[in-house]
Amino acid sequence: MPPPLEAADNPEQLERIVIEPLTRVEGHGKVTLLQDENLNIKQARLHIAEFRGFEKFIQGRPYWELPVLVQRLCGICPVSHHLAAAKATDMIVGATELTTTAEKIRRLMHYGQTLQSHALHFFHLCSPDLLFGFDDEVRHRNIVGVIEDSPEIAKQGVMLRKYGQEIIRITSGKRIHGTGAIPGGINKSLSRDEISYLKTDSDQVIDWAQQAVSLVKRIFFEHYDYHMAFASIDSSMMSMVGKDGAFEIYHGGLRANDKQGENIFDHVNYRDYGDYIKEGVKNWSYMKFPFISSIGQADGWYRVGPLARVNNCDFFTTALAEEQRQEFIRNGDGRPVQSTLAYHWARLIELLHCAEAIGELLNDGDLCGNDLLNRGTLQSSGTGVIEAPRGTLFHHYEINDDGLVEKASLIVSTTNNNQAMNESIRKVAGQYLDGNRLTEALLNQVEVAIRAYDPCLSCATHAMGKMPLQINLVNANNELQDRLEKRISGEIRRTL
Amino acid sequence: MSKSVTFKLDGKSISFQPGDTVMDAALRAGEYIPHLCHNPEFKPHGSCRVCIVALNGRHLSACTLPAAEDMDIDNSSDAIVEQRRKLLQMLFVEGNHICPACEKSGACQLQAVAYYTRMLSPHFTHFFPRRAIDASHPDIIFYFNRCILCGLCERASREVDGKDVFSISGRGINSRIVFNSATGKLGDSQLAITDKAVSVCPVGAILHKHQGYDKPIGERLYDTRPISVVGDVAANLATGQPHKSDERNE
Repeated sequence: MPPPLEAADNPEQLERIVIEPLTRVEGHGKVTLLQDENLNIKQARLHIAEFRGFEKFIQGRPYWELPVLVQRLCGICPVSHHLAAAKATDMIVGATELTTTAEKIRRLMHYGQTLQSHALHFFHLCSPDLLFGFDDEVRHRNIVGVIEDSPEIAKQGVMLRKYGQEIIRITSGKRIHGTGAIPGGINKSLSRDEISYLKTDSDQVIDWAQQAVSLVKRIFFEHYDYHMAFASIDSSMMSMVGKDGAFEIYHGGLRANDKQGENIFDHVNYRDYGDYIKEGVKNWSYMKFPFISSIGQADGWYRVGPLARVNNCDFFTTALAEEQRQEFIRNGDGRPVQSTLAYHWARLIELLHCAEAIGELLNDGDLCGNDLLNRGTLQSSGTGVIEAPRGTLFHHYEINDDGLVEKASLIVSTTNNNQAMNESIRKVAGQYLDGNRLTEALLNQVEVAIRAYDPCLSCATHAMGKMPLQINLVNANNELQDRLEKRISGEIRRTL
Repeated sequence: MSKSVTFKLDGKSISFQPGDTVMDAALRAGEYIPHLCHNPEFKPHGSCRVCIVALNGRHLSACTLPAAEDMDIDNSSDAIVEQRRKLLQMLFVEGNHICPACEKSGACQLQAVAYYTRMLSPHFTHFFPRRAIDASHPDIIFYFNRCILCGLCERASREVDGKDVFSISGRGINSRIVFNSATGKLGDSQLAITDKAVSVCPVGAILHKHQGYDKPIGERLYDTRPISVVGDVAANLATGQPHKSDERNE
């Protein structure tokens, strides 16, 4: 049985409302809603309207190109793909451990990109909804409106992002699509001048990050019950944690907790992710539906990203972020905080942690080290997992004897949240749209729910030749005349 | 004492010696004429045509044009630069030169000459040919997508390495590099990583395996100075010293 509102019984007889394109998200997607004559919502689905194909076209490429090539999946958080692929190719070149300098430079790069990505998402994409209300006039509900009404907030968002981008530029050579991480390590460390340059603004960035957390809390608490309930769904959550349970986004084990906070698995070596996570497909979506295999596809779906990470970790290693985490967790009353809009709150706590962690790292002399690379015996496969800004990101590659990629598998953060995003829009549809003549303001509520997850739709669709398809032929009276189905195996059958 | 003989290059007097080509004399005088298939260590090839110059209204390749007294050569008029740009654009669309993903980016002579001639886009429709990679050699990888058929590997393998590993086969648009081995695979040829033929490639067609992107952005050959100052890829590998400074392009 599909979940409620996933599939209407008689879709041909319902009015179809399409939100396309989804705005203020990365990539191209749409939502389709089916409404009956009594204005009741009968079906709500999130679709991804683009196709990438990276898993296919990197086949036959040399493995050492992967960190640079695969990051082209995305222009918002390419560092995530850069580092996940670098970690996978570390395994391939037999580098079981990185040098201290290499690991710290990669961490610095990752903190910088998480900072800039979170700042972009909150200030540029979502602050218009949160500051002005979901039903604010469209012409005003955007970043230009924020610049006009709250120039200081807008400026802080831009400057936070700029600082993160500068860290990426200095560690990888370019703000977007650099080359810093290579198999087995990095290609440059930092000079004293570069560290001094980054230190100039690091205290200011921590201050702005604190103000950002205060801002999101003020907004959240102004309409606390509404924000806690909006698009809220109970779900399991998965994230990476350190050996001691600390918040971790670069390297650690996988932890999944159920909706009550009870542990499902913990400190799982991410190389074994295939034993714990499976991917399902549905005949109406190009995006796969991952689930925790021990629970099964129907109930095994989960959430990843800031909400999962802040709920799942035992503590932050930095003081200001830890203080904020403790306050955040209290809102769950002993359970994980399940509010979808709390993603924003958790995201900004992470932004604060990144700002603090950057400040600490810039005082670490290892950043200037000269020992950059480790290499061992060439292996035939490698897995790299990282916590991207949007959630857990898996890269797995297999190579042949010539060093060329034979197989690639990517489970992208947004794909992990596929079922959750669909559940959230169905919750909104049931809560606020059902029974109403649909208006732009009401439809924006659907987008607000999706935006909370910060989906990157362009990263999330890359399977090729595996999409099940169904084509229905209907006559002028909407009566079904014929139906063709293409199955995952590629087999095409007439099913009517 | 014999009188110095000269010709004019963009109005400048360039001295030359008997047997010099225009390219030889210009390079010795520190004047840059863009080129790809030319390498002073080998006999001129005249195939890429990027070194095209104008003499009395005729367009000729500088690397094969014998220097002669009182020639008045145009190396940098708009018409000549435009013609070079068109040649480069055709080279870019004929292969698959995807700079953002290429490990040679920043140290590639094709890219550097394109920047020097201010080529801003490929302009022509891409052919997008389907060409394989030969990774059968344990140390060396050959990208057919990036080969510009300059013939330098062929000349170096024959004349310096004495191995004759490379040859250009086919005609016209079907021309391609082939390897001299029983299977046709590079891995079964006599090529060794220390061969001149490996280091002479001006683009990202012949590369060492297992090591890409190890030079940080900002420190690559052409990251901070143009090719007219830095000189050819092969020359820098040989000497480690950049070409004579060219103030116009600093």
